[in-house]
Amino acid sequence: MNENPFLIGDSMTGGYGKGADILHNCTVAVNKGEIAVIVGPNGAGKSTAMKAIFGMLDMHTGSVQIDGEDITNLSPQDRVAKGMAFVPQNQNIFTSLSVEENLEMGAFLRNDDISQTMAQVFDLFPILKEKRKQAAGELSGGQRQQVAVGRALMTEPKVLMLDEPTAGVSPIVMDELFDRIIEVARTGISILMVEQNARQALSIADKGYVLVQGENRFTDTGTNLLADPEVRKSFLGG
Amino acid sequence: MDALHALIVLANFVIVPAIAYGSQLALGALGITLIVGVLRFSNFAHGETMAFGTMVVILVTWWFQSIGLSIHPLPTALIALPFGILGCIAIVLLTDKFVYKFYRKTKSSPVVLVMASLGVTFIMNGVIRFVIGPGDQRFADGQRFIMKAREFKEMTGLKEGLAIKVTQSITLVTAIIIVAALFWFLNRTRTGKSMRAFSDNEDLALLSGINPERVVTITWIIVAILATVAGTLYGLDKTFKPFTYFQLLLPMFAAAVVGGLGNPVGAIVGGFVIAFSEILITYAYKKVFTYLLPSDFAPNTLIQLLSTDYKFAVSFAILVLVLLFRPTGLFKGQST
Repeated sequence: MNENPFLIGDSMTGGYGKGADILHNCTVAVNKGEIAVIVGPNGAGKSTAMKAIFGMLDMHTGSVQIDGEDITNLSPQDRVAKGMAFVPQNQNIFTSLSVEENLEMGAFLRNDDISQTMAQVFDLFPILKEKRKQAAGELSGGQRQQVAVGRALMTEPKVLMLDEPTAGVSPIVMDELFDRIIEVARTGISILMVEQNARQALSIADKGYVLVQGENRFTDTGTNLLADPEVRKSFLGG
Repeated sequence: MDALHALIVLANFVIVPAIAYGSQLALGALGITLIVGVLRFSNFAHGETMAFGTMVVILVTWWFQSIGLSIHPLPTALIALPFGILGCIAIVLLTDKFVYKFYRKTKSSPVVLVMASLGVTFIMNGVIRFVIGPGDQRFADGQRFIMKAREFKEMTGLKEGLAIKVTQSITLVTAIIIVAALFWFLNRTRTGKSMRAFSDNEDLALLSGINPERVVTITWIIVAILATVAGTLYGLDKTFKPFTYFQLLLPMFAAAVVGGLGNPVGAIVGGFVIAFSEILITYAYKKVFTYLLPSDFAPNTLIQLLSTDYKFAVSFAILVLVLLFRPTGLFKGQST
């Protein structure tokens, strides 16, 4: 890893509201155009770490920096303007709006012509072009996830944050989604992703973070983590 | 021939009035449903919002009449309408700033906002009675009928007349224009789409950079327009009385719930469902049956299912039935 990652949540400690701390001195970072994956057992604080980076958590120590700029005190909306895009795990689309309107709303902050970005999203997810007049709520699980990712891409983000993008979709759709995510990363967008399917996720990851109880347990490249016997035994089922 | 007469009687006393009343309810229910969708509470002050807007329209109408401004044969109130709308926008935005905004910031539960709106109801109620008085006010001028019953009879040679009031046709035309404009706004403009997005998924709207306060302000402005137009049309068609407007709250809510809270199409359908049910159930069918049945069977009672004094029971019964058997309404809305 180089000295200055593009986005870093550094030594984050905090929790929701006045509740107990969930994260303990947790660090997660991603380089430009790379894929970083956060894995770990249930309740390890994976999603929480992601939310902390996006400013949806009360952090009392630690900082978040994007491209060298400290954004620790910015609201989530302001972070969107800084080039971050977040795809939540649940309710990540506007179900009553059409696919096209979902994408338009993703680009709400932009005042320039969005048709080119929309064409790029349609190139990435051709099925969405076919169904662009249909209400997003009527689509299948995998297609909904494509809408969700597409909506996030409409801001032309520099970092795309995905919270369990493959939750609840079939293995075939999951492979397909991972392929698309790699394609997105190739365009220079950094990707930070939380995943349940640790093995597949680590196999596409440049960088992997194994969190346990809100702390960093293992941090290495995806390939090394997959090869590490201890990681395999404890987190990948042998 | 008798069947035709029966139909004309029905048209004159049921269909035409119900279409006008349904349009008024639909506009009112649209305002309620938009507030539920965007601000996520049931606004009990909607009747008073309508009354306030209408009051301003009446005051301006009187002023126009006194200086001799008129658009005969149309009622003067139509040119006073923009002023009423501005007055209503001012009052709802002030109310939002001083009352609802606080509860929004503290993320209060919807029921707290509902109770706050009840308080707003009482205060607005008092202000309206203080300014214009609790009594009946007539402010409709201009020509009264497009077609009088007698003219219809002369024209067609039938025994029964069909009267169409100017206010009824104005109601229908205005309602169509307003609803078309509203749907164009919601479905075609970026701001309208952002309102729908905010109503659909507030968190995701925030993540997309949609400014919630702007959406709320625009919603109030639209609600004020809808409420003032609905109130003025109702007042022109009947009369303006503050208490009547408070009572309209029940049929309007019933309409919004029947259609599915938060769903604009539902609110319109709901408005007509309620209006037709209310009038169909409280209408005395004696004359209709006299035409339809052989003279030996002619009814000698009114054949009225329910006295008009109980018309609110109809809305209430429909409201209860819908909540029991289809809480999300005809067009999937929210069930809260």
